[in-house]
Amino acid sequence: MTVPDAWYLGLSAVLFAIGIVGVIVRRNPLVIFMSIELALNAANLALVTFGARLGSPDGQALVFFVMAVAAAEVGVGLAIIVVIFRSRHRLSVDDLSLMRW
Amino acid sequence: MTPIPAPPIAWNALLPILVLAGTAMLVLLADLLPPRESKQHLGALALAGIIAALVIALVRWGTDVCGFRDMVRLDGYALFFDIVIAYAAALVVLLSMDYLRRRGAESGEYYALVLFAACGMMLLASAGDLIIVFLGIELMSLSLYVLAGLFKSRRQSSEASMKYFLLGVFASAFLLYGIALLFGAAGSTNFERVAAAAARNPHDTLLLIGVALLLVGFGFKISSVPFHMWAPDVYEGAPTSVTALIATGSKAAAFAALIRFLTTALRPLQPDWTALLWILAALSMTVGNVVAIAQTNLKRMLAYSSIAHVGYMLVGLVAGGPQGTSAILFYLFAYVFTTAGTFGVLTLCERTGGTPEPDGDGAVDVREYAGLGRRSPALAFALTFFLLSLVGIPPLAGFFGKFYLFGAAVRAGYVWLAVIAVLNSAVAAYYYLRVVVYMYMREPEGAAATLAPSFAGGLALAIAFIGIVLLGVMPAPFVELAQVAVAPLLR
Repeated sequence: MTVPDAWYLGLSAVLFAIGIVGVIVRRNPLVIFMSIELALNAANLALVTFGARLGSPDGQALVFFVMAVAAAEVGVGLAIIVVIFRSRHRLSVDDLSLMRW
Repeated sequence: MTPIPAPPIAWNALLPILVLAGTAMLVLLADLLPPRESKQHLGALALAGIIAALVIALVRWGTDVCGFRDMVRLDGYALFFDIVIAYAAALVVLLSMDYLRRRGAESGEYYALVLFAACGMMLLASAGDLIIVFLGIELMSLSLYVLAGLFKSRRQSSEASMKYFLLGVFASAFLLYGIALLFGAAGSTNFERVAAAAARNPHDTLLLIGVALLLVGFGFKISSVPFHMWAPDVYEGAPTSVTALIATGSKAAAFAALIRFLTTALRPLQPDWTALLWILAALSMTVGNVVAIAQTNLKRMLAYSSIAHVGYMLVGLVAGGPQGTSAILFYLFAYVFTTAGTFGVLTLCERTGGTPEPDGDGAVDVREYAGLGRRSPALAFALTFFLLSLVGIPPLAGFFGKFYLFGAAVRAGYVWLAVIAVLNSAVAAYYYLRVVVYMYMREPEGAAATLAPSFAGGLALAIAFIGIVLLGVMPAPFVELAQVAVAPLLR
C-alpha cells in the first residue's frame, strides 16, 4: 500500500495548526512548550516528505539539525521553567504579569 | 574498497566565528581555575577574543570566500556586519564587567554566553542557506534567553527570560515551517536555488506560504509591529547589559539575514514583499513612537523606541536598490553605537546601594534621572548626546542615518512613507528630550548618590561617543564602505 505524499503534508499541516492553537489557548508553560515542539516536529515531517518527493537526502539531513536544536531548546526551556517555579510555586503564564505595557 | 574523499572544508569562511567560539570555550575552562573571587580576567579574555575577531574582519576586508556547499559566505557584506557585531559585543562586555560585580552576578558563563550569542549573530550575517539562518538564529537566541534570566533572584529577570523564550521559540517554529515549505517549493534551501525557483514560478502557492511564515519569524526577531509584544517586557526585565546586546547585536544580525534573504533569494518577488514591508514599516514607526510617549520606565521607553527604529530601517528595505540597502547598513552601524551608549549610561546609573531586593529594579524610572546634570555632569552630557543622536539632530550619527534612509525612500518614489517617517521622528523628539529636561532642569528627589563610572564602563562610553561623533562628522567614508558591502547582493 502506498500513501500519497499529500497525506503526509496534510498531517504535517494539521500538526502545525494544533501546535499553534495549543500555544495560544493553553496557560501552562510546559504545555505551551510541548505545543511548540509539536509545531517543530510538523516541520520535520514536512521536510522528510519533501525530501522523499524530490528524491534528495537533504530533507532528512535538515531534520537532524532541527532535532539537535530542539534538544538544546528543551534544555534551556526547562531550566527557565524551573527557575520560575522556584520563585512562584505555581506555573501559569497568567502569573507572568509583573511587567505590562 | 574505494576510499571516500573528505569534503573540502573552507575554514576561512568561518574564521571570525571560530575565533569567537574558541575564546568562549577558553573562558569556560578558565572559569574553573583560580582566582575564584573575581571574574574580571574572564571579561578581559572575552574582550581579547572579540578584538581578534574584529581585526580578522578588518584584515579580510575586500575578500570573498564561500564554503560548505555555499552555505556560508564571508563576503564584504558579512564582514561589515561582523565588524558591527564585534563592536556591539565589545561594548557590552566592557559595560558588563563593572555592572555585574555591583549587582553580585559575576560569572564566567556570562562572558561565554555573550561570545556564543555573537557567534550566532556572525553566522546569520554570513548565511547563504536557510538552514544556516535557522542555526544562527537559534545559537544567538538560546544564548540570549539564558542571559535575560541571569539575575535568578529577581523575578522580573526570570519572567523576561520566560516570555522571551516562549515567544522566541514560537517564532522559530514559524521560521522552520516556512523553511520546510520553501524547501518543498524550491527543492533546496540555498538562497540562489530559491531565487532560481522563484524566478521560474513566482506565484507558486507553496512558495508564497513559506515566505509568509518566514517573514513572521523574522518579524519576531527584529521586533517589528505586529510581532513586537515581547520586546518591552524583555528589555525591562533583562539585566541592562543584556538588554544592550539584544537591542544592538541581535537586531543587526537579524536584519543582516533578512536583507540578504530578501535581496538575493526573493528578488523575483520584490514587488510583493515591498508592499508588505511598506505597511510593516509605517506600523512599526507609528506604534513604537506613540506608545513610547506614555512610558516612564526608561528601559521600556527605549524598547518602544527601538521598535520605531526598526520601522525606519524597514523604510530602507522598501526603498531597495544600492542606496536604500546601504543606508540600512550605515544606520545600523550608527544605531549600535548610540544604543550601546544609551544603555551604557543606564547600567552605570542603576541603583546599587543595599541588598538587591527580589522585585526591586535599578534606577530606570525617568524621575530618578532628575538632577543628573549636576550630580554627574559627564554621564549626563554623554546621555544627552546619545539621545540627541537617537532623535536625529545634526551633526550626530543618527541624523545622517535617517537622512540617507529617508532620502533613498524619496528617490525611490515612496514619498508618503518618507513623510510618515519624518513626522514620527518629530514625535520621537518629545520623549527623548523629556529625559534631557529631567536631567538638567529638575531637582533630584531625596539624596541621590554621585556616580563614578569604572574604567571599563568609561572606556565603553568613550568608544560609543567617538563612534557617533565620527559617523556624524564624516559619514562619507562609512557610507562608501556600506555601498561596497551591499554591492555583491545586488549584482
